[in-house]
Amino acid sequence: MTRSTDGPWDPAIVDLPLSPWRDRFLWVEEIQASPAGDAAAAVVRLGEEGFSVCVNGDPWPEPFEKIWHLRYAPDGRLVALASREGEWTVVVDGVPWENRFSFVWNPLFSRDGSRIAVAFQRDMAYGMAVDDVPWEETFPNLTCPLLRADGAATAAVVQTEPLSEGDIVKYREGIYTAAVDGRPWERRFMNVWGLACSADGGGRLAAEVRLSPTEYTIAVDGTPWGETFACVWTPLVHPVRGTVLAPVRREGSWWLAEDGRILWDRPFVQLWQPQVSPDGRHIAAVVAPAFGRWTVAVDGRPWKATAGEMASDPCFSPAGGRLAVRFKDHGRWTIAVDGRVWRQARQMVFTPVFSPDGGRLCVRFKEQGRFGYLLDDRPWELAAEAAWDPVFSPAGDRLLLRTVEGGLFRRRVLPLEDFGKV
Amino acid sequence: MNELYRLATGPLLWASFAVFVGGSLFRLLELFLLARRRERFLFTYLSLRYSLRSIGHWIVPFATVNWRRHPVLTIVTFAFHLSLLITPLFLLAHVVLWDEAWNVSWPALPDAWAIVLSLIVIAGCVFFFVRRRVTPEVAYVTSASDYVILGLTAAPFVTGVIAYYQWFDVRLFTLLHVVSGEALLVAVPFTRIRHMLFAPLTRAYMGSEFGAVRHARDW
Amino acid sequence: MPETKPKDAPPAVDEGIERGIAGLTEERIRKAIRRVLSGETGARLKAYVDTCIHCGLCSEACHFFLSRDRDPAYAPVGKVKQTLWEMLRRDGRVGPEFIKQARIVASTHCNLCKRCAMYCPFGIDVAYLMLVVRRICHLLGVTPLYIQDTANSHAATLNQMWVKDDEWIDTLMWQEEEARGEIPDLRIPLEKEGADILYSVIGPEPKFQAQLIYQAAVILHVAGVDWTMPATPGWDNSDMAMFTGDNEIMGRLKRAHFETAARLRVNRIVMGECGHAFRSVYDVGNRWLGWSMPPIPIVHAIDFYHELLEEGRIRVARLFEEPVTLHDPCNVVRGGGLHEKARAVVRRTCAHFIEMEPNREHNYCCCAGGGVINCGPPYKKHRVESNRVKAEQIAAAKLKGAKIVITPCHNCHSGIEDIIHHYDLGVETRFLGDILYQVMEKP
Repeated sequence: MTRSTDGPWDPAIVDLPLSPWRDRFLWVEEIQASPAGDAAAAVVRLGEEGFSVCVNGDPWPEPFEKIWHLRYAPDGRLVALASREGEWTVVVDGVPWENRFSFVWNPLFSRDGSRIAVAFQRDMAYGMAVDDVPWEETFPNLTCPLLRADGAATAAVVQTEPLSEGDIVKYREGIYTAAVDGRPWERRFMNVWGLACSADGGGRLAAEVRLSPTEYTIAVDGTPWGETFACVWTPLVHPVRGTVLAPVRREGSWWLAEDGRILWDRPFVQLWQPQVSPDGRHIAAVVAPAFGRWTVAVDGRPWKATAGEMASDPCFSPAGGRLAVRFKDHGRWTIAVDGRVWRQARQMVFTPVFSPDGGRLCVRFKEQGRFGYLLDDRPWELAAEAAWDPVFSPAGDRLLLRTVEGGLFRRRVLPLEDFGKV
Repeated sequence: MNELYRLATGPLLWASFAVFVGGSLFRLLELFLLARRRERFLFTYLSLRYSLRSIGHWIVPFATVNWRRHPVLTIVTFAFHLSLLITPLFLLAHVVLWDEAWNVSWPALPDAWAIVLSLIVIAGCVFFFVRRRVTPEVAYVTSASDYVILGLTAAPFVTGVIAYYQWFDVRLFTLLHVVSGEALLVAVPFTRIRHMLFAPLTRAYMGSEFGAVRHARDW
Repeated sequence: MPETKPKDAPPAVDEGIERGIAGLTEERIRKAIRRVLSGETGARLKAYVDTCIHCGLCSEACHFFLSRDRDPAYAPVGKVKQTLWEMLRRDGRVGPEFIKQARIVASTHCNLCKRCAMYCPFGIDVAYLMLVVRRICHLLGVTPLYIQDTANSHAATLNQMWVKDDEWIDTLMWQEEEARGEIPDLRIPLEKEGADILYSVIGPEPKFQAQLIYQAAVILHVAGVDWTMPATPGWDNSDMAMFTGDNEIMGRLKRAHFETAARLRVNRIVMGECGHAFRSVYDVGNRWLGWSMPPIPIVHAIDFYHELLEEGRIRVARLFEEPVTLHDPCNVVRGGGLHEKARAVVRRTCAHFIEMEPNREHNYCCCAGGGVINCGPPYKKHRVESNRVKAEQIAAAKLKGAKIVITPCHNCHSGIEDIIHHYDLGVETRFLGDILYQVMEKP
């Protein structure tokens, strides 16, 4: 450690050498950085006894036969999926859940990280488990697991009865539905895909459903909309209005619909990834206003600026006043904010992060295997071996950057005006 | 007869030209608008370079594998189509008519050449007719309309040759020549003879897809 | 008069088709035909139908026509006559039996190989016209059982083989474990955000051919590639919905695939040796979604092996000794121009290379692609009998000494194995990856 710190947002650089890890273990897998940047962890190979997780240089006390999907939860707990004696479970900060499964995958965190859910298979029966409590009812198959943002409910697409190979008749009759906390909807569908629920209690669960080979619609709490469409994409529950929004296809074009009625006055060649601003006043979606041109539309009006390859991950600023999206054009990624495209483009840019007041925007990038950051279109070529998304201080005047540079895991807090200087 | 001849070489002639030009433009515009309305993406892939590369290979005899596989057909096809286009444009009698009507002129073919070219067209039609009868894969997809097209194409040349040599009633055959020529012009936008309009477009599109997207040859 | 039906057509007792037509009325058929012909198609269909001069020059392009003693019903234009022309001529007033026959012709007598587009003087795309027929049949619910079941799997699981989410991950872990027997520190990195390459495969690989994942992992590991595989649906690049006419499911699959790659923030997608999947991600499925080209570059295995060998990231320890010949898969050769790169890889890895004739863009199709092999056992005999020319082509290469047919495409691989077996050709098939894995330097 090169310097000590007093508070989490005092400007400082704290380094943690990673090379001892490599000397100590047979191999070290991808480094994970804790949200606060105070810890780094990785799955490590011990030798004959299997695998462990190394946190800040120290392995978990008990090894496992196999460990994968190591991730920090938003609250800083370290979560992995691990097996012992052929049985799988969730391990939180080195402590396994008591429940054992044939397999677990797709761990999900509530917004604050306090609840952890996972999809499981136990003796060929499928379900979800939250904080070591499995669903009572299990199913022949389960897909699209979902944990509500407040962590109080889980949902998934479930298959309600077994299907033998080639049984197109039973399939056509419908053996799929959605289940909330293990309780399936009454109605069955030919297919069910993307689920969406409101962020907290009293909400609705919406799903893309297929009623027949050519009829699609959205079902809300088990009841399909009256209207059917040629196709639909994953819906979204409006956080303020409580209505359900979804892209729908009609006569070869895509529209945005709300509770079954067309909402926006014009269609697009493509329309998906709808988002509602945190204040609930604006709706944005990725759209293709013309074949092969991509941008976002806000409240039905597309930006003039378009990209030829992709527009992805639209995100509103915390207060909802600004909108950023990842653009890909001529093989290079960049960011477009409020209709203006940044000049800096990179081989890869990651998820854009707004400051709390929405005034600043920072994003991590990667070029030829090396990482750096862009702050409001200004680059910092750190040439880091690894990097994580930037974090703004609550006041918005400082940045927390987590990187691996020269074999050191580095936690760097700096005032915005020092961006690019240290 | 004179009245009919005047009608055929006057109003009918201009009407047939109008239908031919207007109809052809209409067909092309109709196709263009249809593409714009329903398959606008097609324009994304059109490439001038690869369109010309493809068309270039297919309008040269023996420049493609399939032309080489069918040498007789290839010779007949190219001779037939070239003669079909050259003869009416460069026949002395036609050039004179253009000169009289519009005071424009261009070099004309010697009559003997024109006769040879006309005979090539007629022979081509006979060849295609026989091919439609005896080649199973062609017979299988041949419909009455294919014979009608062949007949329409052959008629002005057969009647023209007869009129030139003044066999039978020269006035009758001159009239028939004019009328059948007009019928052929009028038929272009309304029968599958419109392949003369569309073929460059379909070739250009396939050439573009193969060249610019698929990085492959299409000949 | 010529016959209107092909000779020796299979007595298709296909539950998918029979059940499909059982519920059809002429009114419903007409509605579906009109929906497609006046709503979903446009200038291409019109130009192709209006331009075709019925010359039959496409016939000799077709391996069905050539293999079936020049039966005109198997000529590309003959197939259009039996299907689309009749629908147009009768303004959609056709009966259930007609639809049944149209589905059989469009789905099992044509591999959509597009060779005929290279033989038609006008470049008419009969494969497209057959897809239009398939689309109509899909809307009517008339689809061969086996491929419908596959499309159902695609819809339910987003993969071709009913592979459940956990089975996929478990298979990758199993292959990683197996490969560690050979290379102890080998990894199949799952869900590695920001990797350079996403490696994607088709459903049958985890289901039946897991050793191909093993081989790919060894190649990627030895080459020092920064790669990953997803632990979510979206890993499968294959697409039988494209071949049944179910464009909506096709779009859903391709969206899942590209969004998975986008979520993992990779620069490129490298795919295994599959032809139809390349077609689906390269110029069919992506277009239905509005992407003029793949939004994230797709690199076919042939192209990738070529790159690794050219850059010296994979070195050849010793050349493959047995004489080989190479089958050019339609979807990556006529569809992707990879024929010279395939030859470069073969020459770098094999000591004796014998060309099949014709080759490159003019090679004969395997007769399995375009969803034909996926229509299942009811059509197998018809399929292998319809590719006698391929058998003759392979036999000629064998006479020149070839013992191995390299087929860098899954459908080709299976189709050619069937042909080798049926015609007792006494040669073997290999993927290009099989050869590369065998001859490469390993630590």
